[in-house]
Amino acid sequence: MVKLYNDGGRITAALSGDIDHHTAREMRQELDEAIAHSQPELLIIDMEKVGFMDSSGIGLILGRLRAVHANGGEIIIKNARPEIAAVIRISGLSGLLVEGNTNEKATN
Amino acid sequence: MKKQLINECRLSFPSLSVNESYARAVTAAFAAQCDPTVKEISEIKTAVSEAVTNAIVHGYRGCVGTVELILRQLSGGVIYISVRDKGAGIADIEQAMTPLFTTAPEEERTGLGFSVMSSFMDSVNVKSTPGKGTTVTMEKRLSCRTAPGFRESSVNPVELPEKQVT
Repeated sequence: MVKLYNDGGRITAALSGDIDHHTAREMRQELDEAIAHSQPELLIIDMEKVGFMDSSGIGLILGRLRAVHANGGEIIIKNARPEIAAVIRISGLSGLLVEGNTNEKATN
Repeated sequence: MKKQLINECRLSFPSLSVNESYARAVTAAFAAQCDPTVKEISEIKTAVSEAVTNAIVHGYRGCVGTVELILRQLSGGVIYISVRDKGAGIADIEQAMTPLFTTAPEEERTGLGFSVMSSFMDSVNVKSTPGKGTTVTMEKRLSCRTAPGFRESSVNPVELPEKQVT
């Protein structure tokens, strides 16, 4: 599931549940709509409520990275638990990981 | 020394993506008997998810077939996993296992499935025949803090205090 918080040029996408080949398709659609609509300078992917992710999640991140980069924007990933960070490291995308809470999520 | 079989689970399910989470859940429940760490459970689940997704996406591309998952607990705290499909098969296994190689980039497949399996498991073997199907077998030794067959004390009878024996 994807919850989106739009704050000017920034979008926070709070993902939840498992990210696998089955669920990634729906997440991809929701994220692409938000990116096309807002053309964010920063997309923050919040993984706090993601319990599982396999390489389908890497495909999801890479695809969105291309879309955001095309508009001159950036992506960061926050609150990834260690098991999920391990999958992200295998893919070479560890540069997108940020530690701790960056307080960029809307409160409502 | 040959490893002794302690438990086995055989499972078949249709190659629908909705069943990927089911395969992971069964694997986690089966491996729980070994008292694995959170990290180990996560690694095994991820490896199974990759192998099952490959069977669904590549083995049975454009059709629905049966995916067979075999889980074995072996002595010494070893988990054995086999994921088998009777689908398309792989002509060049070495190429398929090369990191970032994928035949389905349009579906945002990254070609990292085998890299993830190899990173999280002790061994990964692939047998495949084009037109007949693919079998991926993996093994991982767990830390197994209290697993049966690993520490004999775990199966010793419990001694009750005398006052409770009437």
